[in-house]
Amino acid sequence: MSEVSPAKAYALHLGVIALLFVLSFVLPDYHHGLLARIMVLAVFAMGYNMLFGYVGLLSLGHAMFFAAGLYGAGLSVIHLGWNVPAAFAAGIACGALLALVIGLLALRTTGVAFMIVTMMFAQVFYLIILYFAVWTGGDQGMVVPQPARVLVLGAASFDLTNPTVRYMMALTLFSIVLLVTLAVVRSRYGRVLVAIRENEERTKMLGYDTFSNKLGAVVLSGTICAASGAAYALLFGYVGSSFASVQYSILPLLWVLLGGGATTLGPLLGTLFMYYVIDITSGYTSAYLLIVGVALILLVLFSPKGILGTIRQRWLGWLP
Amino acid sequence: MTPLLTTKGLSRSFGGLRAVDGVDFALMPGEIRAVIGPNGAGKTTFVSLVSGRIQPSSGMIVFDGADITSLPAYVRVRQGIAYTFQITSVFANLSAYDNVALPVQRTLSDGRSKGAVRAGVMAALERTGLAGRAHMPAGQLSYGHQRLLEVAMGLALKPRLLILDEPTQGLADSEIDNFITLVREIARSATVLLIEHNMPVVMDLADRITVFNAGRILAEGTPEQIRENAAVQEAYLGTAP
Repeated sequence: MSEVSPAKAYALHLGVIALLFVLSFVLPDYHHGLLARIMVLAVFAMGYNMLFGYVGLLSLGHAMFFAAGLYGAGLSVIHLGWNVPAAFAAGIACGALLALVIGLLALRTTGVAFMIVTMMFAQVFYLIILYFAVWTGGDQGMVVPQPARVLVLGAASFDLTNPTVRYMMALTLFSIVLLVTLAVVRSRYGRVLVAIRENEERTKMLGYDTFSNKLGAVVLSGTICAASGAAYALLFGYVGSSFASVQYSILPLLWVLLGGGATTLGPLLGTLFMYYVIDITSGYTSAYLLIVGVALILLVLFSPKGILGTIRQRWLGWLP
Repeated sequence: MTPLLTTKGLSRSFGGLRAVDGVDFALMPGEIRAVIGPNGAGKTTFVSLVSGRIQPSSGMIVFDGADITSLPAYVRVRQGIAYTFQITSVFANLSAYDNVALPVQRTLSDGRSKGAVRAGVMAALERTGLAGRAHMPAGQLSYGHQRLLEVAMGLALKPRLLILDEPTQGLADSEIDNFITLVREIARSATVLLIEHNMPVVMDLADRITVFNAGRILAEGTPEQIRENAAVQEAYLGTAP
């Protein structure tokens, strides 16, 4: 795992980032916009993967962390008139705080109980958003006004509604989170997280406080998901309660399973794959979810470790 | 000399069964102590209580002069009580290197440098003769090597008290000889508490032997004294009808 071929791993990741950068200049408009959205959602998937893939904790409530970022950023622009960096920071802070509280409570359980508890908390969060419709816009959601979506950095100002700016912002966030993930999973902390996944009891007997380590992972995971949500609100200008619904707790799980849990690039691959399967099939039939379902079943049957997980197992053992 | 480990009235019941029943036990620093007894005598329960994997129903555990009865297992490990599992429980999907790196990276005093982890890991692997297999997944090692890896992980914790739970179980005779040498070497820097069924190993290694039966200490003494003890023979062989 770690200690092996760090240069190769970093080269691969920088290569992927470079490829995404180049794609910005060659992709047609439609795919350009889609890829920007995919990169932001891949960050959500990477956050989910941090907990599910590396620590082995299956949460069914990660929509609340994404939504915490989304609403934290969106509402502070809409109601408080905050600028873009402040709103982004507010979104991340909301997610981190929520993750800390949820982690303290939910980590008292494991396995199926953990899934149920996280799902219930996410439902509570969703219902709170609907209940406070006066501020949140309820099930209609709210639009972040265009004039507010300008990032001013010193003398320069970037209009986040401009497709190229939006793409580059999405790519920047994606790259940072990707490299942070890579660094974490290759670190000693990452080694402890994997050990907890493999055998928590044994890890305790090596002198590790597994509760605090897991809590740290929940907070890191929630913070990354919130960063994705905050970026979504600011880049795409819409803050809606559907992002807090159960569907958005299940989606990152599917993206990660598709791409390969516990692989750093799996979440991007899974999100990309799923988006394009839906995009292509919905052009032919209105029953596109059926095709997505079949694709998922095939994948689980023939490649339970996901795309990258299988590649790592068969050919490229050094993949982080 | 004060004992490194003492237990007073240590008991643990599972339902109606008193697996460990009012055990008073003392272990001197530097000693190799073997714990023997028939199956179900409470040996594993006893060391699990000492390591903190299970909580006692009553009684008290003192380690190095401090009451550790209510401390969680991971804190006891940090204070120097290492436990190697009866049933091999290495991290099968991680490399042997990573298995040992986990305890090494935690015990390092200068948390930072990468070279220190590598050096510590390789030292522990070399001591147990596994250096050549550092990058093999632990699950693919032979059974004997997995047992040695368990010991390497225990060693890497730099314990003051190393608890070995049936370490030679399933080892070949040739491997057992190496193992005895290894335990002797470990005993130079740590106190060893050894649960063992293999009598030649026990007689060869132990300074003193504690015999458990039905959750209580039946006898305690040097290997010679235990060999001569009539009650021990009775517990092992049964009474004449």
